[in-house]
Amino acid sequence: MKYFPLVWANLMRHKRRTVLTTASVALALFLFASLRSVVTTLKAGAEVGSESRMIVQSAKAIVFFLPRSYRERLLAVPGVAAVTWADWFGGVYQDPRNFFASFAADAESYLEVYKSDLELPADQKATFLRERTACVVGKHLMDKFGWRLGQNITLKGTIFQGDWTFTIRGVYRAVDPAFGEDVLVFHYEVVYERYPRWVNPGWYVLQLKDPALAPQVAATVDAMFKNSADPTKTGTERAFNANFMTMWGNVSFLMDSIGMAVVFAILLVAANSMMLSARERTNEVGVLKTVGFTDRLLFGLVMAEASAIALGGAALGLGAAKALYRPSGFSAMGFLPGFDVTAGTLATGVGIAVALALASGLVPALQAARLSAVQALRHVE
Amino acid sequence: MALVTIRSLNKTFQRDSQPIVVFDGLDLEFAEGSFTALMGPSGSGKSTLLNLIAGLDKPTGGTVTVGGAEVSAMNPTELAAWRARHVGFVFQSYNLLPVLTAYQNVELPLLLTKLSKRERGEHVRTALEVVALTDRAEHFPRQLSGGQEQRVAIARAVVSDPTIILLDEPTGQLDAKSAAEVLALLQRLNREFHKTIIMVTHDPRAAQAAGAVLHLDKGVLSA
Repeated sequence: MKYFPLVWANLMRHKRRTVLTTASVALALFLFASLRSVVTTLKAGAEVGSESRMIVQSAKAIVFFLPRSYRERLLAVPGVAAVTWADWFGGVYQDPRNFFASFAADAESYLEVYKSDLELPADQKATFLRERTACVVGKHLMDKFGWRLGQNITLKGTIFQGDWTFTIRGVYRAVDPAFGEDVLVFHYEVVYERYPRWVNPGWYVLQLKDPALAPQVAATVDAMFKNSADPTKTGTERAFNANFMTMWGNVSFLMDSIGMAVVFAILLVAANSMMLSARERTNEVGVLKTVGFTDRLLFGLVMAEASAIALGGAALGLGAAKALYRPSGFSAMGFLPGFDVTAGTLATGVGIAVALALASGLVPALQAARLSAVQALRHVE
Repeated sequence: MALVTIRSLNKTFQRDSQPIVVFDGLDLEFAEGSFTALMGPSGSGKSTLLNLIAGLDKPTGGTVTVGGAEVSAMNPTELAAWRARHVGFVFQSYNLLPVLTAYQNVELPLLLTKLSKRERGEHVRTALEVVALTDRAEHFPRQLSGGQEQRVAIARAVVSDPTIILLDEPTGQLDAKSAAEVLALLQRLNREFHKTIIMVTHDPRAAQAAGAVLHLDKGVLSA
């Protein structure tokens, strides 16, 4: 502790350089935490789905509709307790940049099947079900656009062309943050009135009586429609979400690669800065050695400076990422619900900062320790 | 009684493949409480001798003993500890750390001791009183004159009450008035505090301030 003023004074020797180096480390770790959080959020999203719900989609691709007539046949499959369906609406609010997930759904059955994951006040649910042009909206989406209950909002259809006005009658909260609060759900009948031939289930959701029945139900459903014009592909909701995430391609590898490249680039900057700083003080190393500072102590002092920059930067960068994303409810337009910097990511970030301190401080610290006092003093004299 | 005893001292530097002999069998003693000026032309080995006494450099052969401790036989860690306790060193160009105040510069050697912060503070204030710079304690080197900087450097050299004070051209960068102040201070340290002082100098006026003058020429002592 008694050496702190010496370490601090050296750090403040070139304030601008120290601030910029620390800021570059902070930025690198902020980016690392952000990119890593995309990966962890995608993984968490892939695991959020229920094992007691199954998704039935077109075997051809998710973009193909399934007939509405499948509903009754699905309900008759042994082990299925309830059936609902929904379709991707794809509307934007005011501006194409305000894009979020919006579903045209079989409203009553939809809320019933998802009642364990969505918290929706009973009075709001009742009002929503009564009104054909009503919708329910996730809390985060409400906050993002500053909407209020009872407000009329107009979406511009990207698939179903035209302006679509809905009245917000319910605001739901997700029981699990990874479920997300960024979806708008409305009665499919609204679209049906305008596009009667177009609105069909994009996917069915089956509520199982017992999760253990999932393989049997999947096999039965897919066999039932195997030779039809619209064959199906059935899996648990969790598996569906996981498959959906694979549509992002090898995002994890990409994100990790970019993150590590950024950290490595900053490592070079920090190492260069530390070496420059140490080189400028070669003469002072000689003075300190003359006074009686040991090689080990000088090694420790240089390492302390490198650590202060790396760990200070890490605290700023990781702290900013942690403080920014979760409280602001960031979700990348609903594609990354529950986006958060996990404890694992923070621990990895701290590990990187420690490695950064070692890598950037080691060479100048060893130089300071190994240099003889006479050599160091001759550097200037 | 001799505080510093140098026996059969050899020192050879290697410049490229060319050996340069600085000392070849030098024998020399410095009495305890003495104030000696070492004079001689550039390259005569004055600063090298000072470095060898301070343990900053290793002799090629022979022994250097200070206060009964054979400096030439110590390893780097032992030397660092020994220097912290027994040597006060003053450079021609002051060599104060520019990012530290006068107080903090003087405190540096004490950081290596087990003294508490309060005790360190007492020692630093005493040292600054001796060099008459208590009012400049919170000033940075750039805010001091050359003479004041050198006095701070002397305060740093004496703050841990060392056995010996070694000075390498302490007045080399000072004007006449400041040089006189520094020399008066050294005389006071020698007379009042009985410090053993060895001072390398080119300046005849500085040499006059010392009690004894030794001339070195090509590593050989002359009267």
